Amino acid sequence: MAFRDDVRRIRAIVWKDLTTERRSKAGFNSVASLGVTILVLFGFALGPDAQALRDAAAGALWLAVLFAGVLAFNRSYQVELDGGALEALLLYPGARWAIFAGKLIANLIFVTAMLVIVVAVGIVLFQVRVPEQWPTLLGIMMLGVVGIVALGTFYAAMSSRSRAREVLLPLLLYPMLIPVLLASMEATKAFLNGDLLNASGAWVQMLSLFDVIFLVATFLAFEYVIEV
Amino acid sequence: MSPAPASSFAPPKPTPVWLGWLTFAFFIFTQIYAVVTSPADAMMGHLQKMMYVHVPAAWVTFAAFGVVLVASLFFLWKDDERADLLAASAAEVGSMFCGLTLVLGMLWGRPTWGVWWSWDARLTSTLVLFLIFVGYLALRSFVEDPHRRGQWSAAVGILGAINVPIVWMSVKWWRTLHQIQSNPRGLSPEYLRGLLLNVAAFTLLTVWFIWKRYEAARLERAAEHASQAAALGGYNG
Repeated sequence: MAFRDDVRRIRAIVWKDLTTERRSKAGFNSVASLGVTILVLFGFALGPDAQALRDAAAGALWLAVLFAGVLAFNRSYQVELDGGALEALLLYPGARWAIFAGKLIANLIFVTAMLVIVVAVGIVLFQVRVPEQWPTLLGIMMLGVVGIVALGTFYAAMSSRSRAREVLLPLLLYPMLIPVLLASMEATKAFLNGDLLNASGAWVQMLSLFDVIFLVATFLAFEYVIEV
Repeated sequence: MSPAPASSFAPPKPTPVWLGWLTFAFFIFTQIYAVVTSPADAMMGHLQKMMYVHVPAAWVTFAAFGVVLVASLFFLWKDDERADLLAASAAEVGSMFCGLTLVLGMLWGRPTWGVWWSWDARLTSTLVLFLIFVGYLALRSFVEDPHRRGQWSAAVGILGAINVPIVWMSVKWWRTLHQIQSNPRGLSPEYLRGLLLNVAAFTLLTVWFIWKRYEAARLERAAEHASQAAALGGYNG
């Protein structure tokens, strides 16, 4: 019974966060536009040469998702704090991890929707040839998104309630995400190049390992972070 | 935000300073000993002497971050503020030695490898470790409430420590897949004694630094508690 209650709590939080977002749309529109803008800026940095753009596409895509996604994580708590709703959320009965799970799933949906737009624009701007096994590539990208969102949602629970939240979240998050970014970029790059060396397998393992370790760690640690 | 029991905030008795001087004298002695006794290296010449500061600094960096991990876990377990202050002190000293390791490594790498920096697993993961703990110290300075600061930085410290081997592994794979060989270096036994002595001296120095920093942190907290108590009218200070 208790577990079913937790599932209901999680669903309620996901629904609440997504409804807030759907009704205003301001957050998603601005974050997705920022992702596209970052891609354009990378295009200028890397020059008009088509091959150079294609080689750097995987890295640019992931950095655009990361830079834009960071804004979403702080926002997800900021909306609560502005309305004084976080205290209320904590006062409701139920496990703390359910709050984290709800926020995490809502952010996951948010960032995935943004990823779809950024990737679509990136394929056009960076003249990427879409590989035949693109569903597998999509799966790999989801693994990367899970890693980014798990740590992002966790660290934002702290940074959004501290002074200097704009600088603190990237400062904490980016060094922690280096393995997940490295693995995502390399796996994506290998796939876009046809994966002749079968290099993506090791990176997919690394990504899965990272996701499992940090999902467990953040779920365990969230209680200590949200209560104070 | 519940206040911990007041008994843990009694100001500590300061450790005598001559212990610090003794540690420092031992460090000077081991440095001189290692430089004087080791012959010039066949490949690097006297540049090899760099090892007696670079390697011990790297070792104490990891030892200090080990202290951060253990103290953070203990803090979350027992909620004893002293563990949080110890973790903070070890993080400060560890970051200092981590920065020193990086700078000394670059100074050594430039004449031996010909470059200031190479993206190999050891260098890169040390740099990432440095950045993770810069974030840890920034978090501490941006949070006012002591209990919240303790809980948050313990979580960040533990997650950061978990991440270190993962970073190392990922950077290592990244390098192997790119087919760039590492720099194998062996150590002949005649350099080993000087190195071990210096590792011991650096460890003692680190213990001294962390301990003094911890004492200062406890004095600060004791002063804060005293002023709080005075403001509430419960203390004749």
